[in-house]
Amino acid sequence: MLQLDAEALYAELLAGVRPLMKPDSRLVGIWRGGAWLAERLQRDLGLAGAPGVISSTLHRDDFAERGLASGAGRTALPFEIDAAHLVLVDDVLYTGRTIRAVVNELYDFGRPASVQLAVLVDRGGRELPIAAAFAAARISLPAEQKLALARADDGRFAFSVEEA
Amino acid sequence: MLMKRNPQLNSHGELIHLLSIEGLPRAVLTQILDTAGTFLSVNDREVKKVPLLRGKSVFNLFFENSTRTRTTFEIAAKRLSADVINLDIARSSTAKGESLLDTIANLSAMHADMFVVRHAESGAPYLIAQHVAPHVHVVNAGDGRHAHPTQGLLDMYTIRHYKRDFTQLTVAIVGDIVHSRVARSDIHALTTLGVPEIRAVGPKTLVPGDLAGMGVRVCHDMAEGIRDADVIIMLRLQNERMSGAMLPSAGEFFKHYGLTPEKLALAKPDCIVMHPGPINRGVEIDSAVADGTHSVILPQVTFGIAVRMAVMSTIAGNQA
Repeated sequence: MLQLDAEALYAELLAGVRPLMKPDSRLVGIWRGGAWLAERLQRDLGLAGAPGVISSTLHRDDFAERGLASGAGRTALPFEIDAAHLVLVDDVLYTGRTIRAVVNELYDFGRPASVQLAVLVDRGGRELPIAAAFAAARISLPAEQKLALARADDGRFAFSVEEA
Repeated sequence: MLMKRNPQLNSHGELIHLLSIEGLPRAVLTQILDTAGTFLSVNDREVKKVPLLRGKSVFNLFFENSTRTRTTFEIAAKRLSADVINLDIARSSTAKGESLLDTIANLSAMHADMFVVRHAESGAPYLIAQHVAPHVHVVNAGDGRHAHPTQGLLDMYTIRHYKRDFTQLTVAIVGDIVHSRVARSDIHALTTLGVPEIRAVGPKTLVPGDLAGMGVRVCHDMAEGIRDADVIIMLRLQNERMSGAMLPSAGEFFKHYGLTPEKLALAKPDCIVMHPGPINRGVEIDSAVADGTHSVILPQVTFGIAVRMAVMSTIAGNQA
């Protein structure tokens, strides 16, 4: 059974995101796990204001098969997107389809100057030409296993592996 | 006993057509209201369009005239990136004698993915839903005196927006309830969402006593009906639906049931006033109220677009 220490990986993510940030860069967390990470990174990096939250719901490519996911979160970007340097944060990078949808969602709000991606875990299995600028861990998981980040009441992160 | 499944739901209990609010579980209504909240925020974007119905064709079939409802459905479908085809059915094939189902069969052959239907006959959208291919969805945009479910949902969205919680509210529906499909849809929705006191207010000819069977309190006295109400929903006096002398005159109606600032003072101080439109100033509502601080009539129209986006994207995403 795979054991991932989410808290140790978070410390690496924090160290890995720091050099990606330009003076005026903004963090945007992908709903749900990525938004939790961005919230904590914002604090730990000493950034003012709130990070952005972005949801892939309205641009998903599996809408015809799966329909609208209930409780899938709402995009909230409390800053200008036009000409902004953005660092997207997510918990798990897998097929790349969520990232594709989220980049489309971003463009509904403006034209960013640059968009980078930082993730806690890259589990391989890409189906689109998408790569993370930083991944705290790179692992290989069989397709039937689902990796999910959870946040406890005290704010600590934990990973669970579920059989799909 | 064999239970007949609600034709609006698939075997997983997911919404595939929206025909009536009656019989829909609270979770389905709540999910549509939540989804509408997401779509309302699309208005704040530079690109006010999402691609959920890209490549789909939505046919607006209005066998009865309506400008507002048809327009808001059209805007909603376009914001979802659907292709929208408006058919002025009243003036075309039916006038040449084509049957409803033949019209639908022909439009289906043009690769329709969704029909938005308004019809003077109660039940017409049900008939259509029973005869379309499994991938085709039907939305009732008002059928006879029966139902107007998207109006009911947008009214619920409006109430939730201003009042947050349904379970402490007193809601008064005032006016021509007997002819009103809006009233029927509102009553079903309010009941399902847990509103403890629903009052139907109006003269005996327009508010029949048997409405009490729907779980509402019937009031023929306006003051009693709107006293301490949190929400007042005014209905339009439907001249075109009125056959025979059900009322002495519009002036007489206004005197007793028209909503004026003096009568509104009987309701709670933070009462909201709603109306499905189009409003008849000086018939059911005084201009001072329609344009006043309690009125949320125009926000209702804006919310209506988001609610219709939510309905269309929800049913389009569920398989029969």
